[in-house]
Amino acid sequence: MATGIYAKGKEYKSEVPPTWCAGCGDYGLLNAFMNSLADQQINVNNTALISGIGCSSRFPFFIKAYGFHGVHGRALTIASGVKLANPELEVVAFGGDGDGFAIGGGHVPHMCRKNMDMTYIVMDNSIYGLTKGQMSPTTTPGMKTSTTPYGAPDNPINPLAFVLTYGATFVAQAFSGNPKQMRGLITQAMKHRGFSYINVISPCPTFNKQDTFDSYKEMFEDLPEDHDTSDKPGAIAKALDRTSGKLYSGVYYEDKETPTFLDRIAEQRKTAGAFDFQKILDIYRP
Amino acid sequence: MGHKSDLCIRIGGEGGEGIISSGDILAQAAAKAGLEVLTFKTFPAEIRGGYAMYQIRMSSEKILSEGDGFQVLVVFNKEALDNNINKLKAGNVLIWDGPEGGDINELPEVPEGVIVYNLPMSKLAKVDLGVYRSKNMVCMGALSELFNIPVDRLKEIINNRFGKKGQDIVDLNYKALQLGIDYVKENHQGISNPYNVVAQEQNKDVIIMSGNDAVGLGALMAGCNFFACYPITPATEIAYWVAKHLVKKGGTVVQTEDEISSIGAVVGASFAGAKAMTGTSGPGLSLMTEILGLGVMVEAPLVICDVQRGGPSTGLPTKHEQSDLFLACYGGHGDFPRIVLSAENVADCVDLTIHAFNLAEHYQTPVILLTDGSLGFRTETFEAPDINKVKVVNRKMYNPDTDGEFLRYKFTEDNISPTAIPGMEGCAHMQTGLEHNEKGSPNYGPVFHTKNTEKRFNKIANAEDFFESSHSDIEEGATVGVVTWGSTQGSVREAVQQAREAGVKVSAFYPKLVWPFPMKAFNEFLKTVDKILVPEVNYQGQLAEIIKTKEIGKEIIKYNIYGGLPFEPQEIAKKIKEVQ
Ligand SMILES: Cc1ncc(C[n+]2csc(CCOP(=O)(O)OP(=O)(O)O)c2C)c(N)n1
Ligand code: SF4
Ligand SMILES: [Mg+2]
Repeated sequence: MATGIYAKGKEYKSEVPPTWCAGCGDYGLLNAFMNSLADQQINVNNTALISGIGCSSRFPFFIKAYGFHGVHGRALTIASGVKLANPELEVVAFGGDGDGFAIGGGHVPHMCRKNMDMTYIVMDNSIYGLTKGQMSPTTTPGMKTSTTPYGAPDNPINPLAFVLTYGATFVAQAFSGNPKQMRGLITQAMKHRGFSYINVISPCPTFNKQDTFDSYKEMFEDLPEDHDTSDKPGAIAKALDRTSGKLYSGVYYEDKETPTFLDRIAEQRKTAGAFDFQKILDIYRP
Repeated sequence: MGHKSDLCIRIGGEGGEGIISSGDILAQAAAKAGLEVLTFKTFPAEIRGGYAMYQIRMSSEKILSEGDGFQVLVVFNKEALDNNINKLKAGNVLIWDGPEGGDINELPEVPEGVIVYNLPMSKLAKVDLGVYRSKNMVCMGALSELFNIPVDRLKEIINNRFGKKGQDIVDLNYKALQLGIDYVKENHQGISNPYNVVAQEQNKDVIIMSGNDAVGLGALMAGCNFFACYPITPATEIAYWVAKHLVKKGGTVVQTEDEISSIGAVVGASFAGAKAMTGTSGPGLSLMTEILGLGVMVEAPLVICDVQRGGPSTGLPTKHEQSDLFLACYGGHGDFPRIVLSAENVADCVDLTIHAFNLAEHYQTPVILLTDGSLGFRTETFEAPDINKVKVVNRKMYNPDTDGEFLRYKFTEDNISPTAIPGMEGCAHMQTGLEHNEKGSPNYGPVFHTKNTEKRFNKIANAEDFFESSHSDIEEGATVGVVTWGSTQGSVREAVQQAREAGVKVSAFYPKLVWPFPMKAFNEFLKTVDKILVPEVNYQGQLAEIIKTKEIGKEIIKYNIYGGLPFEPQEIAKKIKEVQ
């Protein structure tokens, strides 16, 4: 086995001990992610894990791969640069609900519509964990947080519907309480060509007392067997469906046809013509 | 060139009237005739209408700046006339769109000694040719006849430009040229003028290009292979250039959703090993400052070109100002350095972009190159650079045989840590914007923050030795030393010539590196003068303020203008005389 590829998930773990609270949902992703790396036989030397700022954004520290922990909200911008500079790399971006959909919310639509060749995994705990419990863009209206002592006045965004609308070509939801299913979804997302998104419901027992493992366990259900992953309006409807009181995990949507950003620019490069320095200067010779 | 060695023609009219293209053609024709050329353009920030100006200065000798106004004024409309009439002096030539057919119905009184040529170009184009938009070509024809600009060269350029659109278009333009020529022959035989373009032998391989294009060319020559940008006046042409040409060389150019994303992508690309760059103007650089600090923290080689415009806020998008020096040198939270360069002229845009990449790679740090709108837009002739002679520097990579254990932020003698990029075996590591230990793991202890802060500052402290980072022009006996940065350096060079011709002794210091300021060279320079004069196109005297912090023990005299236009050399020459 080449160096950098490991048989077992655990072997992908770096020597840095996770900084998360006991019971944090992010551990579920960490385990599932490492197992998926082993399943895929991923080489850490060719892998770059990019994140923003938040509890969840510490994720790359705990894996043996190349990693970049940048600034709040900009993980996708940095990840896109990494991938475009070296398309051979496996690039996965990580972050929290605040990192991705509040401060970084302006970038997500564009990575979706560019169909940027990478995977984005958001650990959604409906709270700002690292900064100790403020309202996040997925906080349930009315929930009391440290900045909203009388209840959150904002309506939440729906991350799945958001990325579906803007053109992500693989969209799934996973639950930290179900790492086995998550492991498979991660593998599917990373194998997908184009922009793949996984919303991981990842409870924060420390600062979000309302959305707990137990409450989520009640609500989570696999997407129905007959869910059509090629039907975008159907996927959006499922993502928005709150009437049943259910949350669905699994693959909402998958589009294997739309060319990726790298596909498109590779095609265009063929039309640019060969490089000839003197020919370029000729344009400027009087 | 006749009995005047230096001719400057200013063409003014409504944006969209073909002012810019006729100016370009004229500039090219002069360059084809073997002359040195420097153009200067201003145009409205609006898409349609508004006053546009194109000035072409041509000379048998190297041109240093936009110069002191014009000798020949061509006005396409009333607004252009009104804007310039009070600048006309005896001996100048005025060519105006009249007396009939255009919107200047009557020529107001002009100063005595101004040589006036009527040229009803609107009427000639509209009525005689039947195509109003050929007005600018009618004018070109007249200019060629009046100043002996070789018409064959003009035709050659027209053919190259419009040939693709079909012979009809080329013929139409030729016809328009001829109308202008004939009009002058028939009507102005009796009026002579002292200006005469004399073609000369050009034995250098010359190109004529704009500052923005030159930044693109420099990037290409430096090995840039990643460019991310968000459109902004007056910097967007850099993106046009690289989008077209870098891609041929295997580079990647991406338009992002904003400048934050551009600089994020540039940091990411640099992490992945690319030579990465973005081009922007002040508003974009403001947005980039958080990630600029990240770039310094993770020690990412990268280049940002800021084509400055008037500010603050949206400010004066198409006007000239050099007011981002503080932002470039100090912008961003926290306590961190960066390298800042500033370009004097178009050739400098090529050279300094190459230096910017080399400095970034060598020191593993962001480098900001400051140019400005008038430099970005102006075209200049200069000797074609040779890509085979360019010295390209690459970042120091980790070598397992000599470097021991891989530590991304290893403390070394020269403060430069051998690095590794994703794809390299056995070097997987984390980079973080958090303060960190040698490995790159977060560490907020006093030892690492102290040592790393010093490392970040110390590693670039001697950047002035890395390349020809300044130029001293010392005249013995001079008491005043002029110091400035950016394109004002050209105006200063010309002012220094004028002052010396007038018998005033003056020295000058031209820094290419503005941060960290080249103090070794500057201290040597300071030994020769008693005081320094710092002309800048900003209110605060940003360079003067930076120099003040160096406690040089000499009087610092600020000289500031901030009206959206560059200095005229004569203004600076006058000031030199005043303060000497
Ligand atoms: C520009 C900027 N603004 C604010 C912060 C402070 N900050 C750090 S993390 C964070 C929110 C984290 O929430 P989320 O992204 O949901 O991650 P979590 O901690 O919940 O995993 C904030 C507001 C920052 N680091 N940078
Ligand atoms: S604060 Fe919440 S999100 Fe952060 S580590 Fe603790 S449990 Fe996890
Ligand atoms: Mg959160």
